[in-house]
Parts: sequence; C-alpha cells; structure tokens
Amino acid sequence: MDMNEIKEIFFQECEEQLAELESGLLKLNDGDRDPETVNAVFRAVHSIKGGAGAFGLDDLVSFAHVFETTLDCVRSNKLEPTQDVLKVMLKSADVLADLTNAARDGGSVDEARSRTLIRELEALAHGETHAAEPAAPKPVAAAPKPSEPAPVVAKPDVNDEGFQPIPFSFGDFDEEPAAKYVPTCQIIFRPNRELYAKGNEAVLLLRDLSRLGEMSVYCDMDRLPPLDKMNPEEAYFSWKVSVTTDKGEDGVRSVFEFAEWDCELDVRTIEEEIVGEAADDDEPPMQAVPFDLSLLEDGPAASGEEEPVVNESDTAAAIAAADTASKVAQVASRAAENAKAAAAAATAAQANQASAAGQTIRVDLDRVDRLINLVGELVINQAMLSQSVVENDNNGVSSINMGLEELQQLTREIQDSVMAIRAQPVKPVFQRMARTVREIADITGKSVRLITEGENTEVDKTVIDKLAEPLTHMIRNAVDHGLEMPEKREALGKNPEGTVRLTAKHRSGRIVIELADDGAGINREKVRQKAIDNDLIAADANLSDEEIDNLIFHAGFSTADKVSDLSGRGVGMDVVKRSIQALGGRISISSKPGQGSVFTMSLPLTLAVLDGMVVTVAGQTLVVPLTAIVETLQPEASAIHSFGASQRLISIRNSFCPLVDVGRILNFRSTQANPIDGVALLVESEGGGQRALMVDAIQGQRQVVIKSLEANYTHVPGIAAATILGDGRVALILDVDAVVAASRGQPLRQDISLAATG
Amino acid sequence: MKKKVLTVDDSRTIRNMLLVTLNNAGFETIQAEDGVEGLEVLETSNPDVIVTDINMPRLDGFGFIEGVRRNEKFRAIPILVLTTESDAEKKNRARQAGATGWIVKPFDPTKLIDAIERVTA
Repeated sequence: MDMNEIKEIFFQECEEQLAELESGLLKLNDGDRDPETVNAVFRAVHSIKGGAGAFGLDDLVSFAHVFETTLDCVRSNKLEPTQDVLKVMLKSADVLADLTNAARDGGSVDEARSRTLIRELEALAHGETHAAEPAAPKPVAAAPKPSEPAPVVAKPDVNDEGFQPIPFSFGDFDEEPAAKYVPTCQIIFRPNRELYAKGNEAVLLLRDLSRLGEMSVYCDMDRLPPLDKMNPEEAYFSWKVSVTTDKGEDGVRSVFEFAEWDCELDVRTIEEEIVGEAADDDEPPMQAVPFDLSLLEDGPAASGEEEPVVNESDTAAAIAAADTASKVAQVASRAAENAKAAAAAATAAQANQASAAGQTIRVDLDRVDRLINLVGELVINQAMLSQSVVENDNNGVSSINMGLEELQQLTREIQDSVMAIRAQPVKPVFQRMARTVREIADITGKSVRLITEGENTEVDKTVIDKLAEPLTHMIRNAVDHGLEMPEKREALGKNPEGTVRLTAKHRSGRIVIELADDGAGINREKVRQKAIDNDLIAADANLSDEEIDNLIFHAGFSTADKVSDLSGRGVGMDVVKRSIQALGGRISISSKPGQGSVFTMSLPLTLAVLDGMVVTVAGQTLVVPLTAIVETLQPEASAIHSFGASQRLISIRNSFCPLVDVGRILNFRSTQANPIDGVALLVESEGGGQRALMVDAIQGQRQVVIKSLEANYTHVPGIAAATILGDGRVALILDVDAVVAASRGQPLRQDISLAATG
Repeated sequence: MKKKVLTVDDSRTIRNMLLVTLNNAGFETIQAEDGVEGLEVLETSNPDVIVTDINMPRLDGFGFIEGVRRNEKFRAIPILVLTTESDAEKKNRARQAGATGWIVKPFDPTKLIDAIERVTA
C-alpha cells in the first residue's frame, strides 16, 4: 500500500465521518443530549483533522481545528448546544465537507464563507462575546517541540545531594570561543515506582542518554533493602550520570521527556574547566556526602558496592543493575501471569466471540460488478440449459430435470445474494438532502424541517447514486415552490416552520420514495394557465385535477413567475421525471390545495434484472417491463371502436382507452394488426393516462438480465435495453413510455430510455 | 525476532499509516479499532509495545491504558499515546492513566519509530 492509496482511504473515511457528523448534529438539533452523540460528533471532526494533518492538508486542518475546539466546549458542557449554536455547526459541517472535496478534487471553496464561520465558531468557543479581532484563520498551534524547556524545576534539595550551584553566565561564552568547550551535564536521576509502573525503564533512559555523548554513570543502590524486605515493585536505585554533550540541558531533559513526572531529576551544566578543577582532587564530583549519610541500613550490598563507580567501563554494569531492577518487576508479573492464565483464556474466548460480530470487509466495486455480470451470464446459461433439456427430454420427470430444478433454485439464490452485496441503505443520499434543505431554507428565508424515514431501506448502489440528483431537484422545488413564507403560513394558521418529509420503503419488490411537503399544494389554476400559454393544452381543454397536476412534468414547464436560481436552473420536473424513468422507475404526484403535495417515486431495487412479460410482435420476441403493465386482456370485437382515420379505441369497463399497435410503431409491419387476433396490455403511461398496447401473443412472465443496448450497439428509439432469453436469442426490452408517446404522433425520441445501463 | 506492536486507533486512515510505517520499519503489527477491541486483542497477541489513540468510540485511550495497566499479565508493556492532542491537560491525563510516552500528531513516521525505539529494548 502506498501513500496515495492511504489518502484514498482517508477521503473515503472523511465521507463516513462527515455523514456521522451531520447525523450527530441533527440528533443534537432534535434535542438529543446523549454525551455519546456529542462525543461521536467530536470524534468525527477530530479524525478528519488527524488524517488531514498527516497529509499536510492545511486548510482542512485549520478549519477542523477551530470546529473541534468549539465542539470541545460543547463536550465539556461549557457551551449549550442551542438551536443557534447548532445552526452554525451544521453550516460548518457543510464547509468541512466542501474543504474535504476541494482537498480531494482540487477546486476552491467559498473562502468568505469559511472565514465567517471560523469567526462564528471562535466566538462560540469564547463565550457569546463576539471576537473583536478580525480573526483570520488561525494556523493550528504547532506541536510543541521536544526541545521545549521542560517545566521541571531543579529540586531545592540539590545541595543535599552534594552539588554546589555553579555560577553560569553567557558572558563567559562571549569572551571565550565557546566551541572549544563541550559542556558536561551532571544528572541525578531517581526514578519513582510509578516510572516502572508506566512501562518506562531506567536502563532505556540511560541508553538514550549515552547516545548524547561520552557518559559515565554511577548507580546508587544504597536504598536497596535486604531481600526479605524488598518489594519487587518499588524503585530503589538512583543514578548519577555525567555526560559530555553539546545538546545542553534541554537535550538531556528531552531524554527524560516521558519520565520526568515520575522521577526526581536534576540536570545542570558544568563547564569543562570546572570539571577539570574538580578532577584535580582525583575524586569525581559525584562522590557525594549525602549518599554516605543515607547508609542507614547496613545491607551487605551497600558495603560492597558503595564505592562510586565512575569509570566508563562500568557504565554497562550500572545499566545492567537498572535492568535487574526492572527484571524483578517482570518476574513478579510472570508469577501473576500463571495464576491468571485460566481466566485469561476464558476472556480470550469471549473476545473472539465479540469480534466475530459485525465484521465487514471493503471490496472494490469493480469486483462486485464483475461478479454480478458473471451471475447474469449464469442465469442466462441456466435458462438455456433448462430449455434444451426440456426440448430433448420427453420422459417428463428425469433425474436431470430434478437436478436442473435445484440448479435453478441455486442460481436464483446466488443472484439474490449477489444483488444484496450491492444493496446499500439510502441513508447517505437522505443525509445529503438535509444539507440541500438547509441551503435553500437559508436563501429563501423559509424555515424548514426535514424529516426522513426509512433511511435504512436498501437499494442497489447504482440506483442510490443516480437518485441524488432528481431528489435534490425535487427538494429544491418543494421548499422553493411548495412551502409558503413563514408569515404567510402563520396567517394561514399553520406552523411557521414548514415540513418536508422524505420517506423510503420497500413495496412489492421495489423501493418507494415519497417526498411530501405541507405547503400550499399545486396551484391548479396557475398551472392550467401556464400550460395554455405554453401551448401545452388547448384553452378549452377539460382536464381532471390529476391531469393538471401531471402537467408540471411537461418539458419546459415552470410555475414560478420568476425563475429563481434555486429550483430554476433551466430544468423542470420533466428532467426529474426522465431521470427517474431512466432508472426504470415511475413518479407520480398528488396534491391537496393548502395542504401540500406528495411526490411518489417507485424504483426497481436493481438495474441488473427486470421482471418482464415476454411477448411476440410480428414474429419478434419482446420483453415488456412488468411494472408498466396494469392488466392484460383479450379484446373482443365489440369492444374495439374506430376513431378518426386510423386511431382505434378499446372500451374497458365503460371507459375508452387508445389502442397502440406496437408492431406499427416499431416498424415491424406496415399494416395494422387485427386487435381481435392479439392481446392487449393495459399500461400506465406518462401523464397518468392508460394505453392498451397491442401484441400478438404472450409467451410468459420471466425475470431477465438487462444488457445495455447502448453499450453493445447503439440506442434504438422505443427500445430500452436487450436481454438474452433461454433459447440463446436476444430479445429487446420495450420502452413503454417512448412507444406510447410515439402513438400520440410524437416521433420516437432519442433521449428517453429505461435502464440506460445494464 | 521482530518486535510486535499493537496499534489502537479508530481512524482507518491512521491505522493504515501505522501499518505501513511499522511494517516498513520491520515491526510486526497488530491492529485494533478501539479500546474495547484493543483489550481483547491484547490477550491473544502479547505485544512488545502498544500505540494508542485517545479519542475512540466505546472505550477511549485513557480507559484503554488503565485497562492494560490493571491487567496483571500485560501491565508492564510500554504504551505510547498517539494523538493530535498536544495540550498539557490531555498528556497529563494519559500519563496519569499510565501512558509511557506520547507521539504528537500530525503523523510523522520518524517520530513514531523514534518513540517506539525509546521505550523498547
């Protein structure tokens, strides 16, 4: 793995953390005061900052840092997470997401926005008093250098240890060429028992010290009691060390960086001259009186090893002694180890159990897709095999048939399981919508509350990916056009805060997503007028409420008097409808004046397979998506009525429905088929109306694997995709809406397709 | 023999960086995602040194360190705290919990290896 891959992982993780952050903030916004929620939010920002720091993403780090600081105030109960505070935080989460995206894909972010938020966050962190200074993004406080003077003050009892304060002035350095003298540091190091308890080791510290320069060590074992009184966990030794080093006292102290709280440490510098003077006495300066005084116990070790050992050759011995000290502790723990072995084994067994739960792996999407394609081939192959066996086997039940049935079942199960791998909860998309709502609410000055339900409903990843855009557009529409301004709502006796409800649920093998607002509902008079103005309908057309509502799905239709930047953007609900249809889905609207509108989308759970009705038209085998079909019927001569030059209607239960000859539309034949010889498929089509599609015969109902026609050939108007049937032949999947549109005299459009990808 | 390092961090990014850095430096690396898992893994892995984050779900770094230090079998293992918290208060708490030393993020491979070398023989 290289850094780029890790960076990729980092950005993936950022996305997860951002989702976590947002959902946590929203929970807080809903009054959740669980400390774990606050912690999770804090951790999310903290993680992003940590990773960003490692990759040197400074913009991200500095913003995350300010954000984190403010969150820490919430975490430590210094800042009450009121609605206003959370508003700033939610916006900050958005900016953090922008910064993350900018760091990944390049591009820029709204500098002014992030600066404003940094100011607001800082103001929150410092209490409500607004930070007066025009706080430019503060660089993150640099990590303290290890060489930073450690806050250990020389112990006052140094004199007891026999050291005299050495006058030291920088003046000396000025006068003399400093480089000539390498100062010597004298160190007294007396570990406490905590030092060992925290996993530090005197021997390692001495080893590090010896790397600073020439070193001599004296180990003082005077405090070591007789064996029977010895506590293996106690610290009895202390060391006196003299190091000739140019690293200075700071360098020495940095060796003890981890240990300085758990030991008595005295470090002082002696200039070589003085050391030399002391050396004149033929006694090393560490031969200190206090140690003699401490000879209260007449331990045998003390008498033998009392002599100060200052020769460098003895350094190793002193280190060995220190080693012994820690070994003692190790022996003690090893004894305990055996005693606890059984208990440990039991805990380990529990641990294994616990870690087995909820394990996941991350797999490259390409691999899953390849698997799905292969399973698709398997399904086709299995169907072909079944068919050829049936054709060649006249005995009816044979062992081969039995085996084939099992194979079929297994294939179906494999297919379902593989599809389940791709299935993902719609949660990430729903969470993105929360941001969309916030942004539009901000711009329009409306107060909006987004309620999401069924976020854990799972659907194929491709569907999820393609869902975001139409959904964003619809949410914009709902807030911008659907909801009224707060004052108006209040005047109408509604809650000034509008509600947009986003729901996902599974219904008969499809996912149904509902978007409901409690706004004004569709202004039918306005829609109708607009449609007349745009020549969409005749001025005297008699339309049902439902038909008027569905007019908003027409191309180029917009009811807003001025096209706002939000929901306008030159595209209308027709684009939404088409993207939903491209996913093999349907969209419908129901609206109640004064109470709001509900958009209902029904989408297939996967784009890889489709339940279809296999039909014959002019000798060709076609597949009609089952979702489009309302019912099938055998027309009777009495039910067929001619209308105009070539149009025909079929009467079904006292209502008339146009007959559409599929063979004519697709140019399979040039003459009209006789409806009585065929079968009519009643389909739901664009605009809510129904049409009866004429086909020659129904072969059966089957699940088919979708193969993209565009990817393998080219787009064919009226055809959505292709599939391979059991007999190995290619069958085309009908694009019902395109065919219906063509029957109304519109040419088959190039841009309509049902499952663009297979 | 390779030295064995147990790393405890909830961030996948940092876990991967630790893994790469430590493996490149010739350590054997075992990883856990939070304090709870860290204590579980500890039982079976018997590491020479532990590197842990502070902010983690379920059981944070402080709790994890205390857990290790309470464990008769493993309490002598050196523990390095790897965290972005550079302020004295956090360091202090980690130390009180029983941390051997610390490495200040942003993550720097050299600093990490240095610190591990410092606390292991």
